Amino acid sequence: MNKLQKKTLIFLIVLALVSPLGILLPKYFNSGEAWGEWSADTLKEQIGYTPEGIKKNSETWKAPLSEYTVNTEDKSILHQSFYYILSGIIGTGIALIITYIISKKLIRNDKQNP
Amino acid sequence: MHIPDGYLSPQTYVPLYGAFVAVTIVAVKKIKKEMSARNIPFLGMASAFSFIIMMFNIPIPGGTTGHAVGSAVIAIILGPWSAVVGVSVALIVQALMFGDGGITTIGANCFNMAIVMPFIAYFTFNIFYKVIKKKGKIGISAFISGYISLSFAAILTAIEFGIQPLIAMASDGKALYCPYNLKIAIPAMAIEHLLLFSIIEGIITALIVKYFVKAEPQMIYFLNKGRKNE
Repeated sequence: MNKLQKKTLIFLIVLALVSPLGILLPKYFNSGEAWGEWSADTLKEQIGYTPEGIKKNSETWKAPLSEYTVNTEDKSILHQSFYYILSGIIGTGIALIITYIISKKLIRNDKQNP
Repeated sequence: MHIPDGYLSPQTYVPLYGAFVAVTIVAVKKIKKEMSARNIPFLGMASAFSFIIMMFNIPIPGGTTGHAVGSAVIAIILGPWSAVVGVSVALIVQALMFGDGGITTIGANCFNMAIVMPFIAYFTFNIFYKVIKKKGKIGISAFISGYISLSFAAILTAIEFGIQPLIAMASDGKALYCPYNLKIAIPAMAIEHLLLFSIIEGIITALIVKYFVKAEPQMIYFLNKGRKNE
């Protein structure tokens, strides 16, 4: 690993460790969900009903770490921050490894027939 | 900007899946042709960066939240085709593992943030880089590139949301998918991005591009386009 790679990796780890800012700041400023990303319940509060397609499709997939946590009910800052950091590390790790493997495969193949 | 399941009709998400797959096939070929072995670790880290930067939700006090995407900085440093693959991987991991963005809408989300955004970013950067004659043009061009590309992607997302009421309605006049039309979706998405989130994307893009250009100019895509350096 060269110097720049090492520095970039450290930068990514630091970002993962401070990632709870991404949930704490919105909480502090009393900001809600992103536009267009409301849950079925929030949408019902806004317009008085849940559109049929959203009712049907919003439960199509159960993500293992849905909303970057294991328990959306536990609102304590410590719990949320811990799982947010954990999600950050797992997610960046998986994205890094998958993209690394894909590019390694692509770029190595190319070298055999330049 | 991660469209959840149910917000888009099949008439919208199926074609966008098609476009996503088609562009990814081209991207794979381009990466084979354009990239050299020493880019491999950076491609992995680019995807990781995009993943983590999207976790930093930026609040509008009392309003909504948004985030940077990282597509612009990746497009400038590693090229738009690398950004297609790197950001798509990040978005797919977010959808499958964390429920951030829908499964039916993976194609749409990748189209907006991992295809349109990096290409707009790359071309915007190149135009300003050529036009600006001052010192510091790399930073300025990178800022504009991040600013314009995220704003563009946000408005594109708003259009996809906003056309849903035009595509399908229940017989009782209720919405089936996203209930808000273009007149509501476009201003909502455009204003929050133009005034805040895109500025953040611009600053991140400028800072990282400047750092990398200084640290390792020979690996920067826009400076070495079409050349393979071993």
